[in-house]
Amino acid sequence: MSYWFRNDNRLPQVRLAAASYVIVGIITLLLLGFWKLQVIDSDKYGVMAERNRVRSIPIIAPRGRMLDRDGRVLVDNYPSFSVLLLRDDEAAVSKNLPAIADGLGLSLDDLKEQLVNTQALPKFQPIVIKPEATPADVAFIESHRADIPLLEMLMVHRRRYLPGGFMAHASGYVGEVSEEQIESSNGKFRPGDFAGKTGLERQYNDLLVGTDGMRRVIVNSVGKEVGRLEQQEAIPGKQIQLTIDKDLQEVAEAGLGDKKGAIVALNPQTGEVLAFASHPAPDPNDFAIRVSKEEWQRLNEDPAHPLLNRVTQAQLAPGSVFKIIMATAMLESKVPPENFTAFCPGFGVFYGQMHKCWVYGKSAHGSVNLHSAIVRSCDVFFYNVGMRMGIDRIAKYAKMLGLGARSGIDLPSEEPGLVPSEEWVQRVYHHKWYPGSTISVSIGQGSVMVTPLQVAYVIGGIASGGDFKQPHLLKDAPNVGEKHVELAEDTVEQVTQGMYGVINEAGGTGQAVKLQGIEFCGKSGTAQLMSYGAASRLGLGKGKNDGWFVGFAPRRNPEIVVAAVVEDTSEHGGTTSGPVVRDIVKAYYDKKNKKTQGQVTAGNQPQQLQKNGASPAAEAPKAILKPEETAEVVPPSEKKKARPE
Amino acid sequence: MKDTLGTRDYDWWLIAIVAAICALGVIEIYSATHGSALAGMHTRQIRWIVIGAVLMFIFSRLDYHVILDQAPILYIVGIVALTAVLIFGHRRFGAQRWIPILGEFFQVSELVKLIIIIVLARFFAEVRTDELSLQDLIKAGLLVGVPLVLILKQPDLGTALVLMPMLIVGAFLAGLQWKHAAAVVFIGLLMLPVGWHFMKPYQKERVTSFLHPEEDAKGSGYQVLQSKIAVGSGGFWGKGFGNGTQNQLGYIPVRYSDFIMSAWAEEQGFKGVLLALGLYMALLLRLVQNAQRAKDRAGMFLVMGVTAALGFHVLVNVAMVIGAMPVTGIPLPLMSYGGSATLFVFLAIGLVMNVRLRRFVN
Repeated sequence: MSYWFRNDNRLPQVRLAAASYVIVGIITLLLLGFWKLQVIDSDKYGVMAERNRVRSIPIIAPRGRMLDRDGRVLVDNYPSFSVLLLRDDEAAVSKNLPAIADGLGLSLDDLKEQLVNTQALPKFQPIVIKPEATPADVAFIESHRADIPLLEMLMVHRRRYLPGGFMAHASGYVGEVSEEQIESSNGKFRPGDFAGKTGLERQYNDLLVGTDGMRRVIVNSVGKEVGRLEQQEAIPGKQIQLTIDKDLQEVAEAGLGDKKGAIVALNPQTGEVLAFASHPAPDPNDFAIRVSKEEWQRLNEDPAHPLLNRVTQAQLAPGSVFKIIMATAMLESKVPPENFTAFCPGFGVFYGQMHKCWVYGKSAHGSVNLHSAIVRSCDVFFYNVGMRMGIDRIAKYAKMLGLGARSGIDLPSEEPGLVPSEEWVQRVYHHKWYPGSTISVSIGQGSVMVTPLQVAYVIGGIASGGDFKQPHLLKDAPNVGEKHVELAEDTVEQVTQGMYGVINEAGGTGQAVKLQGIEFCGKSGTAQLMSYGAASRLGLGKGKNDGWFVGFAPRRNPEIVVAAVVEDTSEHGGTTSGPVVRDIVKAYYDKKNKKTQGQVTAGNQPQQLQKNGASPAAEAPKAILKPEETAEVVPPSEKKKARPE
Repeated sequence: MKDTLGTRDYDWWLIAIVAAICALGVIEIYSATHGSALAGMHTRQIRWIVIGAVLMFIFSRLDYHVILDQAPILYIVGIVALTAVLIFGHRRFGAQRWIPILGEFFQVSELVKLIIIIVLARFFAEVRTDELSLQDLIKAGLLVGVPLVLILKQPDLGTALVLMPMLIVGAFLAGLQWKHAAAVVFIGLLMLPVGWHFMKPYQKERVTSFLHPEEDAKGSGYQVLQSKIAVGSGGFWGKGFGNGTQNQLGYIPVRYSDFIMSAWAEEQGFKGVLLALGLYMALLLRLVQNAQRAKDRAGMFLVMGVTAALGFHVLVNVAMVIGAMPVTGIPLPLMSYGGSATLFVFLAIGLVMNVRLRRFVN
């Protein structure tokens, strides 16, 4: 052993003591650090630990179903799985993304884009990467739980509508809520929620939508569920029963077929909508998941406007149907007096311009009074009436009877139509009314515009003696708006007699649609989109018309009124729309007679209701008729009642 | 050498403190792993402790002067081993620091820490002046520099850093002059950007995420955040044994090893931290006391080398757990799970014991 260390015991005691102080100082500083975290900021970190540990997984509440008036299902749900991507672990996400895209059959680029687009959302919030999981997807997720712990399945309820766009414009459809809807919902909607976009789905969204539940689970650091906390069950949305009669709806859908047009059937005594069809119609099942950009663009750019709800939104010239308004106005205002007759040589000259009657060139009506003018639809008679009444008196009665204003049906975005007047032309076109324009308006041409719903509503109201019931689609609606227009008994009698004659008298324009044993009344109308001359110049043959037919039965206090229009047709309204209206009225009576005759068949209905689940009477929600659109009908005091909680 | 070493001469207080810290470690390792695939880790840790304790007693019997005599050979062995590990070593967890002995993987650098303590003690003991000359300071720096560079190559920044306090404390006690200290600090600051240039990407990331934790919510910033959540949510009283959610659900990174203090703090709260850090303070102060009572400078340097290494481990590890220092991968002595690290601490304590046993021997 060497002796290099011997006898050297000079220890630096001061510096060793300093080392002790340094040790005490370091430990004290560390303890202060722990004091800050564990005592001062403890609550903050407690919350963060809890947020780590607990993941909330929504339980989606099913939307309420829609039933027809007999309890048959019109709109239903079916369960489906959405694939969720958990994004907490970014490294794992980017590593597994190609495998996920491959396994689920998604495009990797789309996935990446979606991740970029959702970067602003909190990381603990999973995103839906595939709304509709196939059995293969489910198998993929289950078999890769261990190596790709980033995928979850969320049970959702998808809307199922009857196929082929059945009643599509009444039911509307649901879709992911828009930014605008989220903002105006006061926090009720969150991104990714589904809500009614149009139609009844939108109108009664608050009723139909349930309250989503929440499953709170404990998850470990790799996102695997290791335990469960409390579960808040979803509250399903309420089922609503509609006034629609599926049988009549089927007739209406079949009657329109692939024609472009609309049909609406009302019970004028109650305002109930029995059938509601607008063609062409999109299949809302296509929107139940997610509409592709291309599909949406195609629908919007389709010249046939399949997204337009023609029943409430098509504003068309009523053509000769308007003569019923003219007749009512004439009888009520006594201008001209009721025994007024006119001579129809096939045309008339007013303010220096020739106006043809529709029989021009083929025959002439000769001397006509009001009744025969309705029955034979003489234009010249009504030219004369209109000229004598003047535009403002026509406008006054048309508006009084409900034209130019929304009927207040419980659907969003109803159009009001247009009743021209001197004031209107001054306001919009800044010139005086040309008296010659009154002549066109007298036969429902010119600037007067109506919706098919208004036609059914107004004609039904007149035939009901001036009782106008607010049209509605929700059965057992308690606050149905109504208005009464004072019409003389004689007015109603003469007008309905005229409309009865249209179908049932010799020379009537609607004889083709006569129904045996039913007091079926009606009026056809053919609104010219283009004159015969212009059409032939353009090589379009006989010209383009909107063919109208409005019919009701029985003649006084009718139970059913049906308005139909077929757009862009070369036919007359009586030919194109008349048979469809007739078929619906016939179907209505067939069903009614069957019910009263055979008690057995009638007895079957309640059983079917019970099979469908809850009794609709017990579940039927209160009617909510959109207040701002019923302004004319519902007194302001009732508006509050009608608003949903 | 006379064999007058009785059991009474052992530092039983030191042994008691070490045993208590080991107990805390085993308890927390059990809590952190019993419900997972790692279950049973605590028994392996107990095995390491027992082996370590035996080695400690054996090591304490061998006169430290004999060990110091062999310092040059030990140094060469250390350098060769570090070079060998770079060439033949096993790559685990992204670093080449492991060699297999008897079916276990050992970190050579842990052994090198011990060797450097011995080599520095020998070196400083041979310095006869009261003030450390610049020449000697540079020599000491070179002695440490060579293994430091080799360890950095593995790469193992944590272990490399531990060599620094050994040098600093040794130089300080050997009479480091303030002007030299100031000069070294100044040069060190100038070298910082160069050091940054040579750092591995993951090391740079750790430093940047320490400086800007909000920019890195998933990498090492995430680890530190989860650790802070665990510590903070433990509160004063703790969540209780086996009840730490951050611990049990695996949010704390390597909760049985580097971040064991985080798991302990979550489950035992501030009171538990007080106990643990109190024990560490007692351990370190007891070591300093042993240094003060050493028979000669060589013994004093040995003990203080051990103190510097252990103190640095505690500081850097615990500061990392509370987010006060970047993540460096330095284990907490005696609490963190790990064979090499535990054996190193016991051997180091054995050295201390060695010095104590011989304080009255001529």
